[in-house]
Amino acid sequence: MELNKYQQEAFDKQRPVIENFGKKTWAWTIFFMAWILLGGYALYLQITKGHGITGMRDNVVWGLYIANFIFFIGISYAGAVISGILHILKVEWRKPIIRIAEMITVIATIIGPVYILLCVGRLDRLHHLFIYPRLQSPITWDVLAISTYFTGSVIFLYLALIKDFAIYRDAKLNIPKWKQKLYKILAIGYRGTHSQNRHIRISTNLMAIMIVPLAIIVHSVLSWIFGMTLRPGWHSTIFGPYFVLAAIYSGTGVLIMAMWVYRKMYGLQSYLTDKHFIYLGYIMMVLGAGYGYFTFSEYLTGWFASEKWESEVLEKLFNPAKYGWWFLFANVAGILLPIVVVALPKTRTPNLIALVSLFMVIALWVKRYLIIVPTLESPLLPMQDTRIEYVKYTATWVEWALTFGGIATFFLFFTLMSKFVTVIPISEFANKGTTAEQPVLNENEIASA
Amino acid sequence: MKELETNDNGRRDFIKTVALATVATAACGTLASSCSSKVAANEKVKLLSPDGEIVEIDSSYLNYQEHLAIVSKLEARQGIAGKKFVMVVDLSRCKDARKCISACQKWHYRPEDREWLTVKLMRDSENAPPYWFPKQCFHCDNPPCVKVCPVDATYKRQDGLVLIDNERCIGCKFCMAACPYSTRVFNWNEPEMPFDIQHAVSNPETNIPAKVGTVEKCDFCPDRARVGLLPPCVEACPNGVFYYGDENEDTVSNGDETLGFKQLIKDRAGYRFMEELGTKPRVYYLPPKDRQFPVERGYENLPDKIKARYKDAMEGTEK
Ligand code: SF4
Repeated sequence: MELNKYQQEAFDKQRPVIENFGKKTWAWTIFFMAWILLGGYALYLQITKGHGITGMRDNVVWGLYIANFIFFIGISYAGAVISGILHILKVEWRKPIIRIAEMITVIATIIGPVYILLCVGRLDRLHHLFIYPRLQSPITWDVLAISTYFTGSVIFLYLALIKDFAIYRDAKLNIPKWKQKLYKILAIGYRGTHSQNRHIRISTNLMAIMIVPLAIIVHSVLSWIFGMTLRPGWHSTIFGPYFVLAAIYSGTGVLIMAMWVYRKMYGLQSYLTDKHFIYLGYIMMVLGAGYGYFTFSEYLTGWFASEKWESEVLEKLFNPAKYGWWFLFANVAGILLPIVVVALPKTRTPNLIALVSLFMVIALWVKRYLIIVPTLESPLLPMQDTRIEYVKYTATWVEWALTFGGIATFFLFFTLMSKFVTVIPISEFANKGTTAEQPVLNENEIASA
Repeated sequence: MKELETNDNGRRDFIKTVALATVATAACGTLASSCSSKVAANEKVKLLSPDGEIVEIDSSYLNYQEHLAIVSKLEARQGIAGKKFVMVVDLSRCKDARKCISACQKWHYRPEDREWLTVKLMRDSENAPPYWFPKQCFHCDNPPCVKVCPVDATYKRQDGLVLIDNERCIGCKFCMAACPYSTRVFNWNEPEMPFDIQHAVSNPETNIPAKVGTVEKCDFCPDRARVGLLPPCVEACPNGVFYYGDENEDTVSNGDETLGFKQLIKDRAGYRFMEELGTKPRVYYLPPKDRQFPVERGYENLPDKIKARYKDAMEGTEK
């Protein structure tokens, strides 16, 4: 494949990254593997000894795992919604960031559902979901929605990769044979012919149009696992949109963080520019405002009407001796901070935006926890005549180990992926016959980056 | 089916023996509640005929095999034709004696502290006095747990019962989150049971053996109902708090007396707990009017471990 000037530039820049693994990457890989191994050991214990070694009990039947599940499916929205919508709107500056966004989607969609499996008492009976399916159950909806969504995201990511695979294949990279072979297979004979390009273009457009509603369905269905029950704090009509918005929001945060890390690590300042951070910062700010609005109306109505059970949950959330500080953190770091930092021109810098994204993502994780646990700790009937140790939920080391194991898996996948494909898509710079003969940036912007 | 026949034969033999053939066949064959029995210390069993006649016989005549899966799984899904089981709980008589709990746990081979039946100390408002509130599964007619099960492991039968097939349950715990009454319990660890029980044929009606990683709950003892026995909680209660019976036949019995279900609800202003949730429970409560015991009577005699469970609620009442 012939590369134009800009493509060549981008490729030369990233060529060393995929050509050699590097000592640093090894160190990180081993570090992440250590966490994953610890998680694996915890999983082994949980499977052999039963769920008794987790902190979950008859009242709080779900805990960290479900919070992680919502969290990971949430951040997967980075690729689906952000890159999907930007693609549909034909926003030019999206091009350098779409691969990172789509990688987040695919990886998070692999890890997320694992957490729901961790809540399942009988993993050996998972096939029952298919031999005795019950369509009325929101869990069945989830299984269908997530697997479709995952397939869709993989296709979306792959479609954007085919041209790049062809570039790697033809570039005579200094890499092992198997890797070369793999590129060749994955490039599925792409030669840049007119009809090939057309097919890719049409499929990508179709996928972009499909992936957005799919993503919305996934998180709505997920929120209905809670919304469909008769529990205070869950049984809320806005749960669907609330979850969807929070998901896009946290996905944007993770995307910004990933961009920041890659920019630093591989010196990609000329591609992941300040402009990208600022634009995504604006998107984050708008989403944050929307999310804040949902949060406000959810808790205001509950608090104002102060129905008995609802207020029991709210009391737990507002009381500093219970979850009060966490709730405050979730709202300050999750809503106010990102809005303020992006709104003020002074603080609107890549570093600060990345930093508040980190806080915001953590805050949204905390929020998911606060949705799950306080409600389960507030059953409609007074929690008496139940063993004292069943009243309050405290996650055990097993659950934490598996949580960190999951996060480490996310990072590990990311590291490995970035060694396999270039994080900045090369072929995106100027397709022949399109208007994008220019690079995404002009010289001034490169200088300022 | 073979077992079922054996059982029928067994019952028929026994009925002949007590020479109540005509009356009692009708009674025991169709009506669980009027065929009540109480196993006393000398192993005598009381039987109640529909005319209110009490007959005492030796329990060995009750040739009925404990915990055999007496029906097939398919039948256990369909339920007993023509029945609509109900329970009425008389709140004015409960003093948290906890005999129901131990009898239930024993019958189902469950450890004492994994209750299917719990007794709450309820207090409806600040000025209202507290009362004991026994609570088992309500076997709702609009059951939130059944709605959410992804594999049809928990299901509603034609006789009103909500049962769990613990060989199908995948242990997702969604039903536990969905149940507004916190009725269900989970086997967090490998359950300990006697060897033969552990290897018994599993059936949703008997609920044995327990299986790790699955959900379970009060089952209204359909296996006992099939042979004309009342659930252990009903039999064990020294105060006759629980009435069990059939809504279609309009009779309920607590073992000592058999009453008309509708009349009882009418006379004593029976109600269903949290009617507003729309779950349509099959358990009715009789309000705690004219209570037979002060609340403290139940509390004082409890072991410390159990007492600790009510500590918060008890402190609230003394003020
Ligand atoms: S825990 Fe078992 S019975 Fe309950 S919803 Fe899940 S599969 Fe159904």
